[in-house]
Amino acid sequence: MSKTLKVDYLARVEGEGGLLVRVKDDKIAEVKLKIFEPPRFFEALLRGRKYSEAPDITARICGICPVAYQITAVRALEGAFGIAVGEQIRALRRLIHLGEWIESHALHVYMLHAPDFLGYEDSIQMAKDYPDVVQRGLQLKKVGNEVVAAVGGREIHPINVRVGGFYRLPEGRELFPLVKRLEWAREAALETVRWVAAFPFPQFERDYTFVALRHPQEYPVNEGRIVSNKGLDISADRYDDHFVEEHVPYSNALQSALKEGGEYLVGPLARYNLNYNRLSGAAREAAQSAGLAGICRNPFKGIIVRAVETLYACDESLRIISNYKVPRMLHAAEVRPRANTGYACTEAPRGVLYHRYRIDDDGDIVDAKIVPPTAQNQKSIESDLREFVSRNLNQPEEKLVWQCEQTVRNYDPCISCATHLLKPSVVRE
Amino acid sequence: MADKPKPKLAVWKFGSCSGCQLALLDLEDELLDIVGVVDIAHFPEATRAAVNGPYDLSLVEGSITTPHDAERIQKVRRESKFLVAVGACATSGGIQALRNFRDVKELVSIVYATPEYISTLDKSTPVGEHVHVDYELRGCPINKKQLVEVISAFLHGRKPNTPPHSVCIECKQSGMPCIMVTQGVPCLGPVTHAGCGALCPSYNRGCYGCFGPMETPNAESLSRQWERLGVENKDIIRALRTFNAGAEAFRKESEARE
Repeated sequence: MSKTLKVDYLARVEGEGGLLVRVKDDKIAEVKLKIFEPPRFFEALLRGRKYSEAPDITARICGICPVAYQITAVRALEGAFGIAVGEQIRALRRLIHLGEWIESHALHVYMLHAPDFLGYEDSIQMAKDYPDVVQRGLQLKKVGNEVVAAVGGREIHPINVRVGGFYRLPEGRELFPLVKRLEWAREAALETVRWVAAFPFPQFERDYTFVALRHPQEYPVNEGRIVSNKGLDISADRYDDHFVEEHVPYSNALQSALKEGGEYLVGPLARYNLNYNRLSGAAREAAQSAGLAGICRNPFKGIIVRAVETLYACDESLRIISNYKVPRMLHAAEVRPRANTGYACTEAPRGVLYHRYRIDDDGDIVDAKIVPPTAQNQKSIESDLREFVSRNLNQPEEKLVWQCEQTVRNYDPCISCATHLLKPSVVRE
Repeated sequence: MADKPKPKLAVWKFGSCSGCQLALLDLEDELLDIVGVVDIAHFPEATRAAVNGPYDLSLVEGSITTPHDAERIQKVRRESKFLVAVGACATSGGIQALRNFRDVKELVSIVYATPEYISTLDKSTPVGEHVHVDYELRGCPINKKQLVEVISAFLHGRKPNTPPHSVCIECKQSGMPCIMVTQGVPCLGPVTHAGCGALCPSYNRGCYGCFGPMETPNAESLSRQWERLGVENKDIIRALRTFNAGAEAFRKESEARE
């Protein structure tokens, strides 16, 4: 049997991409995740900019995870300048980043991913049959946005994050109203775990190399060593020694690989598998009752992991707010630029995000490198497609195409992120 | 009474970060009401369903940066009765318009191994430089309340109320002392289009112009004021060249200072 499965324009992902799977004589002849989002040259445009502009400029790589870009930029630059921020600033950064996780996960779970499992084209159609469920998703998403706005000033491209700390530290009274909202959200997140756990999941597992951050005490958000389930354990400044970006002619985004072992997977599944014991008790319990053991290799079940992480993010946000000290004595560290190179990795909602900046004595950026999660997951997405199609060749074509789309949406790929620089050696059709 | 067909809404993306389309999905309280009165006919970020045009209202995010997109925007225009450009990319070329001040070939060759394959335009341009735009909504990102106002105004056949005055007016309305006058903080507020609610000044930082130029801005006078505050010329140029670097008033003043 020979056929071509093709999606010209992938829906319910962030950015412009398509996919192509060609089957010849019952064998997969070709698999391409085609990313045709136009390149925007961020790394080149960062050259000559002031270090202090990096958080605001790199936020514009992605409207869905601007906080991850801002936090990674400031941590890399603080590393270059030898700045250590205080405990409360660290906690506030964790809080704003967790707000982004809640917002982004709720968006993906309810609006981008769940319709696939229930057979709807979108969440608006789904709302006709499940109005309360969609409403719950929207309100959960809203709480995440409220957390981001309370710390950052606004949801998309917040304005408060800067190298050394924040422009203004929120008063306790600005954060306390979030407590009631987050208490509602954690219940909603728990409901979300139960809801998605009952979805029909394709039988599909692969032996992934999971890569995520790992922190001695915390579930990783803003910091940690880069680890894998196959023995990798490095600090962010060694990233370039172990990872490489490759260019394929049909994609406007670079594909990352491990020098010692090819493709790998970052994101909620990897975080969960490598950090299960760092989750809150409630999140672990919810995961168990959803049928997830400490390890999950079915990418379709990423939706359950996102729901579990949403619950964790609510719990952890509540913990941070309850420990937040009235910040009267809190000042952002003074920044004295010096020529150096800084590195940082954080966990964006979609996985590990890496920034590297070389700075001169004036504090100007000489060179920048940014590797977003979707670039790192591209090879893995293609392998999933290859495997999935070869195991399901007998499915009716229309169903198979939809499932291929879903296979891509499992990753919540962020194509705008992936093409922020890219080798523009694109052969357009 | 027979149901009147609902107006068809389409959302399009060009070179951008997707943040302005996300602003629509961030209307958590209003979204289901909105889809009660308009049909989402084309919105790939939210739905895999796509209804063919013509569309009554098109929201266009992103700037034009490739030959392919320069053609695609013509098609979007042909299929749209009312076309609104949303966000800094669509209204001024966005952050990617920084390329407009450099030789793109040189810029590419700095970073890329195979520049001969490049499929990108020399400039990143706003939608309005390619097709007629019925309305422009400013911001990086847009203000989602203003987006509701634009959709609502369209449904009622009236002009949207998104004031073109400066951020300064919003600062005064909220009763904040001017941070440039009282603290000497360089601020683009006097030349920047309102819409954010004077957000940055309320966080002790100068406005960085993410809503682009206000109506009739005096960028030259403002940059002289920055000079008096001790800001170096190169930093003034950089401040004018961020998310709305391609907007005429900011572009001209930054070029005059080169």
